[in-house]
Amino acid sequence: MTHRLELDHVSISFGSTEVVRQVSFQLPEGYIGSLLGPSGCGKTTLLRAIAGFEPLAAGSISLHGKHVSSPKQLIAPEKRRVGMVFQDFALFPHLSVTDNIAFGLSGVPSQQKRQRITELLKLVGLDHLAHQHPHQLSGGQQQRIALARAMAPRPEILLLDEPFSALDPELRGQLATEVRALLKQDGITAILVTHDQTESFAMADQIGVMHQGSLHQWDTSYNLYHHPVTTFVADFIGRGTLLNITVADKNSIDTPLGRLSGKLPEGSEAGLQLKLLLRPDDLHLTTKQDGIQAKITGRLFQGADYFYTLQLDSGDQFHCLAPSHQQHHVGDSVTLKLDIQDLVLFSDQGFAL
Amino acid sequence: MSILAIALLLAMPVIVVASYGLLPAGEVWQHLADTVLGDYISNSLILMLEVAVGTLLLGVSTAWLTTMCRFPGRRIFEWALLLPMAMPAYIIAYTYTGMFDVAGPIQTTLRESLGLQYGEYWFPDIRSLWGAGVMLSLTLYPYVYLLSRAAFLEQSVCVLEVSRSLGNGPWRTFFRVALPLARPAVVAGLSLALMETLADYGTVQYFGIATFTTGIFRTWFGMDDSAAAAQLSTALLLFVFTLVLLERWSRRKMRYHHSGQRHQSLPGFVLVRHQKLGAILICSGTLFFGFLLPAGQLAYWAIKTHEMIDADFLRLTLNTVALAGGTALIALLLALLMGYGKRLSPDKTTVSAVRVAGMGYAVPGTVIAVGVMLPFAWLDNSIDSWMQAQFGLSTGLLLSGTLVALVFAYLVRFLAVSLQTVEAGLGKIKQTIDESARTLGAPPGQVLRRVHLPMLKGSLLTALLLVFVDIMKELPATLVLRPFNFNTLAVRAFELASDERLMDSASASLTIVLAGILPVILLSRSIRNSRDNNDTPT
Repeated sequence: MTHRLELDHVSISFGSTEVVRQVSFQLPEGYIGSLLGPSGCGKTTLLRAIAGFEPLAAGSISLHGKHVSSPKQLIAPEKRRVGMVFQDFALFPHLSVTDNIAFGLSGVPSQQKRQRITELLKLVGLDHLAHQHPHQLSGGQQQRIALARAMAPRPEILLLDEPFSALDPELRGQLATEVRALLKQDGITAILVTHDQTESFAMADQIGVMHQGSLHQWDTSYNLYHHPVTTFVADFIGRGTLLNITVADKNSIDTPLGRLSGKLPEGSEAGLQLKLLLRPDDLHLTTKQDGIQAKITGRLFQGADYFYTLQLDSGDQFHCLAPSHQQHHVGDSVTLKLDIQDLVLFSDQGFAL
Repeated sequence: MSILAIALLLAMPVIVVASYGLLPAGEVWQHLADTVLGDYISNSLILMLEVAVGTLLLGVSTAWLTTMCRFPGRRIFEWALLLPMAMPAYIIAYTYTGMFDVAGPIQTTLRESLGLQYGEYWFPDIRSLWGAGVMLSLTLYPYVYLLSRAAFLEQSVCVLEVSRSLGNGPWRTFFRVALPLARPAVVAGLSLALMETLADYGTVQYFGIATFTTGIFRTWFGMDDSAAAAQLSTALLLFVFTLVLLERWSRRKMRYHHSGQRHQSLPGFVLVRHQKLGAILICSGTLFFGFLLPAGQLAYWAIKTHEMIDADFLRLTLNTVALAGGTALIALLLALLMGYGKRLSPDKTTVSAVRVAGMGYAVPGTVIAVGVMLPFAWLDNSIDSWMQAQFGLSTGLLLSGTLVALVFAYLVRFLAVSLQTVEAGLGKIKQTIDESARTLGAPPGQVLRRVHLPMLKGSLLTALLLVFVDIMKELPATLVLRPFNFNTLAVRAFELASDERLMDSASASLTIVLAGILPVILLSRSIRNSRDNNDTPT
C-alpha cells in the first residue's frame, strides 16, 4: 500500500537544541492521523515541517511517494499542495468568505472555481455567509471557513494545528466529530495536532503520542489506552495508576491487591520487580464479602459516576469508577472486585514488556 | 545587505556632524565659546523650560478633562484639540506678531481708545524669549495631550475607584493615582515636544533669539566657518540625545504602568455648573489661541492679499506638492523595503540597521543640513578637481545645491515617520496569515501583492500623508539645501515674513496649515475608534 505521508527518522533542531528527535510514521491514503502531546513536545514543529516551514536536521518527509523535505532539500510550502488550518484561523481580513476560499484556486477556470466554492460552502453548511467578511463571523464559523479554504485546492494532505483551541470547550467535541465527517466525506488525508485527547479520539484513525520531541507510540486510540508502550503514554492517555509488583512465577505476579495470574512476557523470572498499569475501569465496587478491602480517601462527582480514590492498608493508592447512585463517603471501607483483561507491565525504564 | 547600506547612508549626516565634535576646536569655535555659546545654551534651556511648563499645563489638563469628565462639547474638543498640530510654530509666530506688535490691530486700538502714544504705555513684546515659549507651547502641546490621553484611557477604572473608595476626592485621585500612573506617557510626550523645540529654527530666527539653530546658521553663513557650525551642531545633538534617552526610558516604563484591562467604560465625572464652565473655558481657550485665532487671522490676510495667489503662487504650490509627494513616495518604498526585510529575516544586523534608519527624526533639520552639506560639497569639489586634472572639464556642483541633496536630507529626517507607520501595520499582520497564503500556493512575492498590500493600504496611505505634510512644513533644511531659484511654500512664507510682509505671506502659510489638517483628521479618526471601543458597555 502506498502511503500518503511518510516520515523517516525526522529530526528538527532550533540552533543547537533538538526539538524533534528521530520521528517515523506512515499515514495511509484517506486516513486521519493525530499528533497528541503536552505543550512543548514538538508536535506543532513537526506539523510545520510537513508543511515546509521548518527545515530538517536529519531524516526525510515524503508526500505521495515524493521526497519533499530532507536536510539537503526543502520544497517551498507553496509547491507542496498541503492545506493548513491554523489555531487562529488566519482568514484574510480584507477578503470576503468567497474570496478567502478562492485564494488557493488561482488558475482554475472561473466556472469550476465557482462550483468548488459553492460545494465547499454547502459542505461546511455556511452557504448563506458567502459575501460576509471574516470579522462578521463567529469563532465556529471562522473555523469552518478556514477549513473550507484549506480544502479548496484539493491538497495532498490537510494539516490542522490545534484548530479547536480558540473555541468554547462545549463546541470543541461537537466540531471535532463534524470535521471528521466532512473530511471522510471528501476522502481527505489529514493530520490533527492537539493537546486534547478527546479531540484526538473524536477525529483520528491513528494517533501519535509525543513527549519531549520523541514519538512514543503511533497507534489506534484503543491500543493507546489498553496497550500503552511507555509509562508516559499510560499516564498521558486516560487515568490510571502504576503499582509496584513482583513476578511470582511463570503465570502470576504478586501485587498489593494480591496474587494475579495472566500471560507474562517471555523470560520473566520469579523475583523480578515490575510495574502494573491499573485503570479505574479495571475495578468494581461489590457488596459481596470476599474481595479486596480498601478505604475511600477521596471522591469526585462526575455526573454519571463517581471517581473514587482508594487506599490499601499497605498505603498503596489507586482509583476506581462507580455509578453515581451507589453513594459512598470518604472514610468508608469498601470491597472491590478486580476485572483485568491483560496484564500491562512496564520495566523500571518505563517500557512495556 | 541593502538594508544595512541604506541605513548607513542615512546615518551619514549625523556621523559627519558627530565626527566634527572630535576635531580640535578652531579659532572661531574659541571665539564662539568666549562670546555667544553661553547665550545659546541658556536661551535654549530657558525656552525648553517654558515649553515644558506650557505644554504640560495645556496638554495634561485638556487630556484629563476630555477623557474623564463629562461636559458639553467634550466630543468635539477630543479631536479639535489636535488642530494646533497643523500649525507650524513659525507660522503661528508670524500671525501673533502681526496681531500684537506695535502696528498691529490690538495695540493700535489700544492707543486710539486711550489716546496714548507709542512708548507711553507698557505692552508685552511678543518677539521675545517668553513669546517664543508661548508660540511653541501653543503648537506643541498636542504631543503631551495625545500621549497622556492614551494613558488615561488605558488606566483601569478600578484603580481610580479604589482610590475613591479609600476616601480620596476626584482631585486627590487625579494627583495621587491617575497622574503618577500616566507619568511615563506624559514624559514621553514632553520629550517629543522638547525635541521639536530644539529643532525649531523659524520661530527663534524671526524673534531674533540666539539659540543653537540660529547660531549654526550665523556661524555657517555669517562667519563662513563650516567646522565651527558642525561643532555647534554636535553640541545641539548632545541635548537631543539626552531627550531621546528620556523618551526611550519613559516608553519602557509605560509598559509597567499598564494597570489592567479596558473592559469598563471610564467613570465620566459629571461636572457641576461652574466646573463645566471652567472645563469649557480651558478647552476652548486652548483651541482658540492655538488654532482658531491664528488660522482666522491667516484666512483674513490671505483674502485681503488675494492678488498674491497668482500663477507664481500656483507654480510654487505645485513645486512643493511634487517635492513633498515624490519624497514621501521614496520614503514609503524604503520603509516597505526595510520593514519587509526585517519581517523576513529579523536578525540582529537588520534590526539595528532599521533602528539606525529611524533615528533621524530626533535630529534637527539644521543639523541634518550641515551634515548633508559638508560631505556633498567635499564630493563635488573632489569630482570637479579630478575632472579638471584629467579632462580639463569643470563639473561644478553635481550634488550639493541640487534636489538630490534636499530629498536626501528629507529622507534622513522623515524616513522614521513612514518606517514607524509601516512597521506598526506589518506588526498587526500575524505570521499565520503569511503561512496560510503560502500553503494555499502563493510564493512570497504574491503574498506581498495579494495579502500584505491590501491589508496595509491604510497604513501606507497614512505613512505617505504624514511624511508629505512634514516635508511641506520643513523650513531650515530646505532653506539651506534648496537649489538656486527653487522655492517651497515654507521658504516663501519665511522670506516674506522676514521682509516684514506678514500679510503677503499669509496665503503660503494658510496652504501649509490646510495641508497640516489632513493628518489631524487621520489622528482624530483613530481616536474616535479607540473611544468607541472604550465606551461600549459590556
